[in-house]
Amino acid sequence: MLKHFTGLQWKSFFRSASFKTEIWFKILMALGALYFIVVFLGMGVGAYFLIEDMELGDPLRVANRFLIYYLAFDLVFRYMLQKMPVTNIKPLLYLPISKSKVVNFSLGKTVISFFNIAHAFFFVPFSIVLLVEGYPPVQVIGWHLALMAIFYCNNFINVMVNNQNGVFYVFAAIFILAGASQYYQWFDITIYTQPVFDFFYDMPWSAIIPWVVLVGLYYGAYTYFKKHMYLDGGLAKKQSEAKTENLEWLDRFGNLGTFLKNDIKLIKRNKRSRSAVIAGAFFIFYGLLFFTGALEVYDGPFWKIFAGIFVTGGFLFSFGQYVPSWDSSYYPLMMSQNIKYREYLSSKWYLVIIATIISTILATFYIYFGWEAYAAVLVGAIYNIGINSYLVLWGGAYVKTPIDLTSNKKAFGDKQAFNAKTLLLTLPKLALPMGIYAVGHFLISPMAGYIFVAVFGLLGFVFKNKVFTMIEGIYKKEKYKTLQAYKQK
Amino acid sequence: MITVHNLTKTYGQNTVLNIDQLEIPKGQSFGLVGNNGAGKTTLFSLLLDLIQPSTGHIMNNEVQVDQSEAWKPFTSAFIDETFLIGYLTPEEYFYFIGELRGRNKADVDALLSNFEDFFHGEILGQKKYLRDLSKGNQKKVGIVASFIGNPEVVILDEPFANLDPTTQIRLKGIIKDLAAKEGVTVLVSSHDLIHVTEVCERIVVLNKGEIVKDIHTSAETMKELEAFFAG
Repeated sequence: MLKHFTGLQWKSFFRSASFKTEIWFKILMALGALYFIVVFLGMGVGAYFLIEDMELGDPLRVANRFLIYYLAFDLVFRYMLQKMPVTNIKPLLYLPISKSKVVNFSLGKTVISFFNIAHAFFFVPFSIVLLVEGYPPVQVIGWHLALMAIFYCNNFINVMVNNQNGVFYVFAAIFILAGASQYYQWFDITIYTQPVFDFFYDMPWSAIIPWVVLVGLYYGAYTYFKKHMYLDGGLAKKQSEAKTENLEWLDRFGNLGTFLKNDIKLIKRNKRSRSAVIAGAFFIFYGLLFFTGALEVYDGPFWKIFAGIFVTGGFLFSFGQYVPSWDSSYYPLMMSQNIKYREYLSSKWYLVIIATIISTILATFYIYFGWEAYAAVLVGAIYNIGINSYLVLWGGAYVKTPIDLTSNKKAFGDKQAFNAKTLLLTLPKLALPMGIYAVGHFLISPMAGYIFVAVFGLLGFVFKNKVFTMIEGIYKKEKYKTLQAYKQK
Repeated sequence: MITVHNLTKTYGQNTVLNIDQLEIPKGQSFGLVGNNGAGKTTLFSLLLDLIQPSTGHIMNNEVQVDQSEAWKPFTSAFIDETFLIGYLTPEEYFYFIGELRGRNKADVDALLSNFEDFFHGEILGQKKYLRDLSKGNQKKVGIVASFIGNPEVVILDEPFANLDPTTQIRLKGIIKDLAAKEGVTVLVSSHDLIHVTEVCERIVVLNKGEIVKDIHTSAETMKELEAFFAG
């Protein structure tokens, strides 16, 4: 039986549409994965010495102190990204396989998930360093095993609370509060949690406790799933109650308003697009890394422009980047309805512009870091509106990845979304404004640098009609290929 | 209304559609039948410029479909669920289509009121998004949406599949009325020979991409079709 299940799993992995990408991209992905493995390994080895150098105390105790945050992060990441095992078991339900076998296999599958293995790359070298440094082996091994069990506990907790947003938000709120209060030294949660992790080290036999808990959680998840393995139970798609919204205030924009209304609903009602917008909003704070001088590498003058582009362009990059793909599930409708391509494109353009303006207003607080910081933000906004807004639409014509609006899968980096053309188009988005600024900065003055970039942005704005005609042409040319690509889910 | 000239569609070595000449006059109810892979959906997709012809072209009311977009205002279609926007409620979807076709809310509401028995109380005011409706109900929404804005050409791919018997009967009445009373050219494809013979004045049989029969519907049509498909 296991042979059958594993065989199915194997095929579903290697035959998935997203797996069939270009060979050079696979190589790139492998290199990327390798890079992260090396970084994690390096961190695992280096963490010990780093903590020692900073003279924070016994590295193991320090690690124990902050473990609670590590675990909380782990849980949040899992909640957002880890796929649930229930998918794909529907076709097995009526076959002559006992339910307990199906459930055991589905849960067992989560054990080898990347989200569990990834931690090993950090903790195994860390433990080895501890051993090399002369910590008593029995205690280290006890501690290590206890942690391993705890990560697996996280795994099954996530399986059980999945899709219960209420639980998740409460947890996330507590976690953020704990972090903030620790930072401002109101209340230190680690004082209470550190002894727990220390205990696993001091009394290695106690590692048995998390393992017992783990078995309990597994059993809990098992019974939970078995009980809910019905089409109208755990396997049912969650339906949210729909509200009809009119958004009549947008009617005054005519046809444009019709599309904007639709786009607003698109963003509000679909998981995937909501995540993209939230991710975009976080970019507003990205500039803090630059303007506070938190990172020395970012101190060069033209990095400020880089920051300005990102601070105001969060939505542009996270949403605009995938423009026609958001409508992929009903693209044939859009293409055969009474819609002019130009109207469709300009509604998307306006959406990006409005979002950029809102980000710019929200980013006013950068004025606190001096006029130069805010000038960079403003200039970045102008460049985003004048040039980058076209570039994302242009790049969008070549992005032919259908988006499944209802799931967050692949929300972070879709392989097929990258291709040579879109990669090339990122150059003028980021490198060009930095270059323009550098010219002004070094030849005349920082002020001139800002003015140069702003002028470039304004020029783009002037040529809007021309550029739109060109982009429209490209979309028309790519139309049939795009329709074809969106068919392959 | 619609004329097809030397139209072919080829994928690699495989010719999936090959129509020398076909003319569909205004106000005709036109039925397309054929087995799986006969080219029905391919022809409809070509009519909507969703795929490009390998050779030849289609004229829709003097507009060459693959060259100009001017056919869009008077042509509407429901092919499959990719014509629905899953995250909208049925009402929002109807209004959206209405706005694209220059109809305000009142116009759309007036049209929808004619379809109340067709909807059978399961579509409007249900607090559900289209993606959460059953397949049959989704189809009803798509079909009715294609009637919004007085189109002159309506293209429906397999409109009877997935519908319950009551709805099938009602839909037949609606399609007949559209062609007879309002002069709308209706193109329907189906696997169900009984439905098409009842609804359509003219039936064209496609087989492996080619027109093998072009029949003006009469009392004998059903027998003729059955004889053909029985092989």
